[in-house]
Amino acid sequence: MADVSLTGLPNRRPFALRYPSVLVFIAALALFTLTVTFLSEAMGNGAVSTSFLKTLGKTLCLCLVAISMDLVWGYCGILSLGHMAFFGLGGYAIGMWLMYARTEIIVTESLANGIIPPTAEEIRDGIGTQIFGVVGSSEFPPIWAFAHSLPLQLLAVVLVPGLIALVFGWLAFRSRVTGVYLSILTQAMTLALSLWLFQNDNGLRGNNGLSGLQNLPGLDTVPQATVSLWFFWASALALALGYLVSAWLVSGKFGSVVRAIRDDEARVRFLGYPVEGFKLFVFTFTAVIAAIAGALYYPQAGIINPAELAPIASIYLAVWVAIGGRGRLYGAVIGAAFVSLVSTYFTGGQAPDLNLGFYTISWVDWWTVLLGLSFVLVTLFAPKGLGGLVDLISERKAPNRRGAPLGPDAGALREEEAET
Amino acid sequence: MTSLARHALLCAALWIGLNCAAGAQVDIRDVLAAQGDVIAKSSRKTIQPAIDAVATSGATQAQEVLERWQSKSLWRRKSDGAFFYVEDAPDRAVQPIDIVTGAQVGPPVAKRDFKQIKPNSGIRAAIGAALVRFQLLDPDPTRRTEALDAIERDANPSHLNALRGAIDEEPDPDLAARKMRLERLLTIRFDEDSAARIAAIEEFSGDMGLDVRATLNPLVQTEIEILPAGAQRDNERYAGILSPGSDALPRAAAYDLLVENGFAPARLDRAEQRAVLEENLSDGSVAGFEVASLNLQENRDAAFAALVDAGLAEARADASQINTLLQAHIFAQKYVGSDLAVIAAALTTLASIEQAVAWNQFLDLGLDGLSLASIYFLAAIGLAITFGVMGVINMAHGEFIMMGAYTGYVVQLIIPDYTISILVALPTAFIVTFAAGVAMERSVIRWLRHRPLETLLATFGISIALQQIAKNIFGTQARPLTAPDWLGGALVLNDVVSISYIRIAIFVLALIFLCFFLYLMNRTRLGLEVRAVTQNPRMAASMGIDPDRINMLTFGLGSGIAGIAGVAIGLYAKVTSEMGADYIVQSFMTVVVGGVGNIWGTLLGAGMIGFLQKGIEWLNPSNTLAAQTYMIVFIILFIQFRPKGIIALKGRAAEA
Repeated sequence: MADVSLTGLPNRRPFALRYPSVLVFIAALALFTLTVTFLSEAMGNGAVSTSFLKTLGKTLCLCLVAISMDLVWGYCGILSLGHMAFFGLGGYAIGMWLMYARTEIIVTESLANGIIPPTAEEIRDGIGTQIFGVVGSSEFPPIWAFAHSLPLQLLAVVLVPGLIALVFGWLAFRSRVTGVYLSILTQAMTLALSLWLFQNDNGLRGNNGLSGLQNLPGLDTVPQATVSLWFFWASALALALGYLVSAWLVSGKFGSVVRAIRDDEARVRFLGYPVEGFKLFVFTFTAVIAAIAGALYYPQAGIINPAELAPIASIYLAVWVAIGGRGRLYGAVIGAAFVSLVSTYFTGGQAPDLNLGFYTISWVDWWTVLLGLSFVLVTLFAPKGLGGLVDLISERKAPNRRGAPLGPDAGALREEEAET
Repeated sequence: MTSLARHALLCAALWIGLNCAAGAQVDIRDVLAAQGDVIAKSSRKTIQPAIDAVATSGATQAQEVLERWQSKSLWRRKSDGAFFYVEDAPDRAVQPIDIVTGAQVGPPVAKRDFKQIKPNSGIRAAIGAALVRFQLLDPDPTRRTEALDAIERDANPSHLNALRGAIDEEPDPDLAARKMRLERLLTIRFDEDSAARIAAIEEFSGDMGLDVRATLNPLVQTEIEILPAGAQRDNERYAGILSPGSDALPRAAAYDLLVENGFAPARLDRAEQRAVLEENLSDGSVAGFEVASLNLQENRDAAFAALVDAGLAEARADASQINTLLQAHIFAQKYVGSDLAVIAAALTTLASIEQAVAWNQFLDLGLDGLSLASIYFLAAIGLAITFGVMGVINMAHGEFIMMGAYTGYVVQLIIPDYTISILVALPTAFIVTFAAGVAMERSVIRWLRHRPLETLLATFGISIALQQIAKNIFGTQARPLTAPDWLGGALVLNDVVSISYIRIAIFVLALIFLCFFLYLMNRTRLGLEVRAVTQNPRMAASMGIDPDRINMLTFGLGSGIAGIAGVAIGLYAKVTSEMGADYIVQSFMTVVVGGVGNIWGTLLGAGMIGFLQKGIEWLNPSNTLAAQTYMIVFIILFIQFRPKGIIALKGRAAEA
């Protein structure tokens, strides 16, 4: 009686109380943000250098894109090898405005020294020469039509990857491409995008990419330490919001359907759910989250080029989520933060070489090998990933089916994969 | 007709014979004496008659004189202007030598009494051209070849007769053919007689040699002639009309032509306008316009117009004027040459050549597509087998290709003979990658059965580890895998169609593997068991087949093929640690497009992707990146219509 209200619906407790992990995560993120803020250079304390602050901010963005990957893979069962491409597209969209607006200021200043004030056309020509000189052009390609406007480019951050994901997903899901076929198809999409971006005549500066993105137009007087802190806050906020929205999304009936699609797509279809629609929504929604993460990441990185969209980047994203533990949002965050920070530590040359006597292991060279092998080990022996450690603390237990598959199909997921 | 030609030939032969016979009487010293002052003056402008006189004198020493002259060893005695060769003698003296007899003339004399003839480089080149006629008849075939090369590089009208005279006496059939071809080409270029030229042009109909096109193209060269609109034209003299704004003649270029020919005033350049306005700036305004207001183009135009009215600037054409002027003229492409019949013949022949070239380019494209398809087939067939039989996506397949290529490289380091090392490398690569494949199947893939996505990720982990290990061992720079000499070079069918022997070898290798797999799958016990496991592993197991063993062998076999493919690919591309990654996506595409678990499907998939990629490259030749992009987009669309590939498994096997 206590659980059922007069309307007959279950008397549901508040969202946050039902999912304590969300509260814990938000609290931890807030504490982390405040600590880093007080230790940053902008606050007069040098414990966290500006470059390290940028690394932390970028890591938060990677955590956000990992959440989107977890939604689409861990919850919906679509192993997308294309989400880093959406991440890169978001970066390109914001990068176009950053580059245009900053170049506009520089060109206007230099032209203002002339005797006669410049016309709008002269300024535009000057910007074109500045931006496209490296690829031997000075004409503005059509895709730069909105680069002068921040609101329009911000819209592009969401719309361009969203539309690509929508069209691609519609084509793929409509023809019932699933499983590894779908993974390979998404990888092909990523490869096509990066190959297209590598061309010099596409209007996005070919393999030069966009650069100088760390400078906010019109804020030259603000030191980088402060700008980095702003971006760090923005990244933390985006991560918190992304986590909340995602947790809310997977908590209700929607989440149940999505998980059911992962476990047995055919059965959900027979129950009358529009499986393709659910998949399309998740795919597009996560693509948009990835793009937003990218739009926050690349101004902190300062430069974006087509190599960032290479298929390998998307596979690394899957590696992070798998190591962190898929099918749980905090797992994705832990995986992305842990692997990317440890990678930065080892490949940055800070790690001391390991002397074995007969051979000195230089971590810059051998870290990737270690990562690849540990990834194999995680897949083999710890499918829950790092997030599985949380289960040891919370003593959560799954019903023991002795590893039996969950569905009638031989390819269906097994019990140990079905953790949420 | 033939008797007439024979008669003409006979006359020519007689003429040459007479000339030679008369040569005995001509004294080269007289010829030199007659041209003495010109030779001594050594001026490029006036020297040609002297060279011609020596060259055509018919004297037996003419060639030697010219060579000595060219090598600066012809001297002239100052006292009487006679020419000698000289040898160095002691005490700043020289020993003169008679040109005709080669005997020493008197005792050595002081060097200052003689003048060395020092032709400059221009004259030496002219002498070289004159020497060609002698070289064409030189007994040494290499010298005759050199002479022909020289003519091909830089021909002049005088070569034509020299060449005609040198064909009949040519003993070497290859050189004779070459001389005849060159004679026809020179006829087209230099013959005075139109009929002869046209006949020569028509002979080359459909000939795809670059030399023919290089000869014919200048004949049909056009220049742009500007005519007033509506002018009467003699249509035969014009190739066509260019409309301003087309790709061949952009509007700006068209207007520049008008200006150049004095039909229009100069265009108003924005930068120039700005400069003029800046010059006329006074008291913060230009012709009554505030400086601050000049940030708008219409204000600048108005200010400039005011300056023109005041006589302070030159009038320039604005946009509407430019438009009117462009419409008032037509830009006709007029043939530069004057002989219309020759032009018509050249056009006909060029059209026939173009058609032949187009067909051959199509053939060449087909060969390119075929060789690309065989590479994809080699790279994908192993993948197709593991994917088809075990349902396992092996992301490390590309790294097995790389491993095979590096095996070939290491074998070459040990065995220096390229032929033997390739023959050793192929089985070694197979064994190495077979072992690696079996090890991987036993240690990783076996434990991930029924979890295809995790298999994909685990094999990817192995792939990045292998790639980095290769990088650590062999470094990042590309390593060469050298093909033996008999695989070097290319099979050249004509100037358009050629295919390198390595590509032919790869094609043959792909063919061998196709036959091998068809035999293996359809005719052997192992193939039977593999097919059984593909269709229904549990039923196969209850029939006494060990699926574990079959899986292991299949995986090893697929990996081993990748190793051999690696050696083949390494032969024509460089061996790097990333070479596998370059092929992996295309290999997957091949398998997916072809249909899983079917050799014919893989063949069709490889063929389709190979030909498609080459076809798109042909449509957009500047850009292989774009070709790959479009191809992938095409494949994504293709999957829409045949989600299971070209050849889809049917029945229960399709559900497994």
